[in-house]
Amino acid sequence: MKFRKKKDGSPPPISTASLPDIVFMLLFFFMVSTTMRETDLKIKVKVPEATEIKKLEKKSLVSYINVGIPLEQFREIYGTEPRIQLNDKLSNVSDISSFIEAERKQRDENEVPMMTTSMKVDEDAKMGIVTDIKQELRKVQALKINYSTRKGIKRE
Amino acid sequence: MAKRQLQEINAGSMADIAFLLLIFFLVTTTMDVDSGLARKLPPPAPETTEDQPPPIRERNVLIVLINKDDQLAVEGELFSVERLKDKTKLFVTNPRNDKNLSDNFTLAEKYQEALDEGKEKEAERFKLLMKTFGSAVRVSKGVVSLQNDRGTSYKMYIKVQNELVASFNELRDELSLSAFGKKYDDASEVQQELIRDIYPLSISEAEPRNIGGK
Repeated sequence: MKFRKKKDGSPPPISTASLPDIVFMLLFFFMVSTTMRETDLKIKVKVPEATEIKKLEKKSLVSYINVGIPLEQFREIYGTEPRIQLNDKLSNVSDISSFIEAERKQRDENEVPMMTTSMKVDEDAKMGIVTDIKQELRKVQALKINYSTRKGIKRE
Repeated sequence: MAKRQLQEINAGSMADIAFLLLIFFLVTTTMDVDSGLARKLPPPAPETTEDQPPPIRERNVLIVLINKDDQLAVEGELFSVERLKDKTKLFVTNPRNDKNLSDNFTLAEKYQEALDEGKEKEAERFKLLMKTFGSAVRVSKGVVSLQNDRGTSYKMYIKVQNELVASFNELRDELSLSAFGKKYDDASEVQQELIRDIYPLSISEAEPRNIGGK
């Protein structure tokens, strides 16, 4: 009861007027620093580590090929062998040429030579499937590729 | 006067709205930056024998093999990944002019050769290179040929690729530091191009073979 009597001296409630500003700042930070998730991966892709990496420039000109073992909930349908995922669906090696053609059609004609194919391959996958993809890419003249990797620690 | 103070808009829900937006972006976006080893595939192999590129002399090819058990062999000998970088650098630079390592020519020799063959554009280029790096800098004809089995793990393959790229990057850095006083990545576009002329990233990914099965 002692406290209530002291009306004049009690501090005013903390103003939350700046809270929206702070949250907006956070919001803008995330909007700038992140990218939209484009596809839902049905396969496990954990790319290997490397040190000599280069950043991919011009993201709009990159098409992605994912390779990996299907996630647990899809194993009954797709099995446990590494599979290729193009956009949203699991595909076969023979689908790659049509995929590249479709990607090319979406871009401007003079941008086509600058297009890169990023291969996101799980580190547990075998080279057989990767070689097949590479041969397929050579056939359709998509020669600029990028082996997607994580940044590893450089050892001297 | 009292009425005027009441007209202030209540901004209390603004924070809620902003939080909602924030959570939406947190869920739908990813933060990963895409990076990796950039490589260029060779164009499709010509079918007729006439279009085949001229064969490269054996001493100019460093054959790197990875088998299905992820073992590495360089020039037929079992090798460890850690030593691959130094081996590649030694192969490309060939400082002691070893007969088993790659053919080397100084820029001056290259320039003379281009002049003799009447290739003016090439000679012009070598002249520019000589001006920048000095005429004693050597250009190698060496090519690293990377061959793998279908059963090789991707992890090992990338590890080897990484070492090979690292060796070329180190050579470029060394040259860049001595000529321009800065690392290759910090050099200007033109300077980088000059360095690339001296040390091209000559790693060839050979036609696939199927020896070890799956």
